[in-house]
Amino acid sequence: MNINTFFDEMRTSTGSVRRLYQPFAEWLSGTDHAQLMQKSREAEMLFRRVGITFNVYGDEAGAERLIPFDVVPRILAATEWRVLSAGVIQRVTALNAFLNDLYHDQEIIKAGIVPASILENEMYRPEMQGVDVPGGIYAHIAGVDIVRTAENEFYVLEDNLRTPSGVSYMLEDRKMMMRLFPELFRRYAVAPVEHYPQVLLNNLRAVAQPGVYDPTVVLLTPGAYNSAYFEHAFLAQQMGIELVEGQDLFCKDNAVFMRTTEGPKRIDVIYRRIDDDFLDPLSFREDSMLGVPGLVSVYRNGGVTLANAIGTGVADDKATYTYVPDMVRFYLGEEPILSNVPTYKLENSDDLKYVLEHLEELVVKEVQGSGGYGMLVGPTSSKQQIEEFRARILAEPDNYIAQPTLALSTCPTLVEQGVAPRHVDLRPFVLSGKSTTLVPGGLCRVAMREGSLVVNSSQGGGTKDTWVLTGDAPC
Amino acid sequence: MLSRTADHLYWMARYIERAENMARVLDVTYRMSLVANSAYDETARWKPPVQIADDIEAFEKNYSGYTAVNVIRFMALDERNPSSIVSALNSARENARAVRVAMSSEMWETVNALWLELRQRIRQGLNEADICEFCDWVKSRSHLFRGVTFGTMLRDDSYKFVRLGSFVERADNTARLLDAKYQLLLPVVDAQEAQVDYYEWSSLLRSVSAFEAYQKVFRDTIEPWKVAELLVIRDDMPRSLHACYDELAPILEQLCRQRGMECLRLAGENHARLHYGRMADIFSMGLHEFLQDFILRNNALGAEIQRAFLNGPE
Repeated sequence: MNINTFFDEMRTSTGSVRRLYQPFAEWLSGTDHAQLMQKSREAEMLFRRVGITFNVYGDEAGAERLIPFDVVPRILAATEWRVLSAGVIQRVTALNAFLNDLYHDQEIIKAGIVPASILENEMYRPEMQGVDVPGGIYAHIAGVDIVRTAENEFYVLEDNLRTPSGVSYMLEDRKMMMRLFPELFRRYAVAPVEHYPQVLLNNLRAVAQPGVYDPTVVLLTPGAYNSAYFEHAFLAQQMGIELVEGQDLFCKDNAVFMRTTEGPKRIDVIYRRIDDDFLDPLSFREDSMLGVPGLVSVYRNGGVTLANAIGTGVADDKATYTYVPDMVRFYLGEEPILSNVPTYKLENSDDLKYVLEHLEELVVKEVQGSGGYGMLVGPTSSKQQIEEFRARILAEPDNYIAQPTLALSTCPTLVEQGVAPRHVDLRPFVLSGKSTTLVPGGLCRVAMREGSLVVNSSQGGGTKDTWVLTGDAPC
Repeated sequence: MLSRTADHLYWMARYIERAENMARVLDVTYRMSLVANSAYDETARWKPPVQIADDIEAFEKNYSGYTAVNVIRFMALDERNPSSIVSALNSARENARAVRVAMSSEMWETVNALWLELRQRIRQGLNEADICEFCDWVKSRSHLFRGVTFGTMLRDDSYKFVRLGSFVERADNTARLLDAKYQLLLPVVDAQEAQVDYYEWSSLLRSVSAFEAYQKVFRDTIEPWKVAELLVIRDDMPRSLHACYDELAPILEQLCRQRGMECLRLAGENHARLHYGRMADIFSMGLHEFLQDFILRNNALGAEIQRAFLNGPE
């Protein structure tokens, strides 16, 4: 595929610089490559010193890597952001309504919009049926992955409603850009994102059980060896809340307590960054050392709030994804602002037949896969890889969906040879509690390899600072 | 605060203090090994550092003979030896990483930078000629850590547990160091030996940064019992046992509100022995016996702190 056929964030197809990027391009032309590489190395050194690292699964124990940070920002105009933010707020509002409905009256199934087979989904948690959660909110923190294919064409690739990560990079990348290139912030009026932790904390406090005055909020992490540990520590620090592990908590008398140097202290809200399966060895995986025995029972009885709620995975599953536009119409009576990517469900024999005939054009994903593992990108795969994947699909077609290979937009990115276009996506973080809001920005992921469409950090993707401008043009 | 957080902070501080003290011992031993002295063969010179760390068994299992090279390798760089400088610094960083939010970001960055630089140094390898520089580096990083802690950390319970760790460890290390040297050196009869011992005692003083202090306090030739006095009951000597307990006792008084009364009692008892004790009585009991007893009492306090605060309520 020729890179010129993609929408580029900075340049039009004729090569001229878009108005939004003009001050940047001007600055770039006055800055030489060696200087940029120097800044890039400085950023790397700073990230390493601060320990903004992640552990890659499968690497030798203790290995810590940096996610590549790109010094070229992605810039969005206020008008573009208004559409995007309205779109993701609408979507997350509908998804929360869906989860509340699914775990209560299941009107959407009765209405024949979502099939009853969804109740057989592994991510559906029967434990949650009939349980009321404060404010009817399930996905307090949602990361919505958005890609752009043309000037005014944005698609939602995926909703992450379990324990979405990456927001610390949104904040740290901004801090780094302001440190490295303060002069650029004179040329652009960039909307701030630094208040994210405060908004998050306010929302978490707002979802404590009714009657709790001055709730105690904690962040539950799997521990220092988890790939996102830096982020857990960072957010806890920014919010001024305790970073706890399962071993720090215990359940007693329908309440959760943490072990402190002054004795047990009651907890009201747990921002958990542990998957459902590991939360409570008495309810889910018995072998989990990360969770808190008895937690699910306390939770179901209203003794503590979990954010996100248990059982949100049923709504961000790739098979459920196809129904989200219908959910928006059903619950909100509105037309979806953001489009879904057309999706083939391989459990349908027609779709399966089509997909098997067009594997070299499509992207095939595991229904419950994440992190860029277990997927096939047809156009960039070898014959052999395609045939191997074909065998996997045939063995278990229900486990896969397929989508056309999207022409992800490209954004100028610093590479060894200079500044060159690389594919990007965007994950804004939507917060629900008191209200549903988001800060103007998100995690911009970039595929550092030329031509690659896989932006996941576990697959060598990097990050960029995302600038949402307060107006539609630079200063 | 979380018991686990307190535990990590306390042990982070202990391990950094331990690394510093081990560097001090190695540094001085190495410097002394360069002074011509027939009274000591290589084993007599290099066994005490291993003894101080209570590691005789592990050393003898893995190394043949107390040579400078072997002991330096074992005490400085051997990751199999849990009390080596490298192991102590690894543990300090692991503890820090687990609770990085409980300290100031400058503190975390100091510990992390220390560890990154350590990895770099290990990759480069350590030659005999580098040993003093390496020990100086460990000491200066420990000073930096202490300064950053003092200068940036909120004076909350977290800070108290960091300080607690530092002083419990330091009291233990000073007592062991003094005990090892004292056994090695007493008694002195002939003049030539006394000459040699001047170097030995001054090296002990230097290892705890007390040589200049000694001169200022006593304005006298170096006498073993005065060295002991300086390191045991002088409260103005920052690495003395008394000074450590002057710090520990008030911290525990603040921490022990409802819990940990036994910690408070143990610390008070140890403190009183140093505060009101007389050097003459200590010598008549036997300095070695006194120090051994002190090490046990200090350990008992450590165990009680662990039980009351760090392991968490049941």
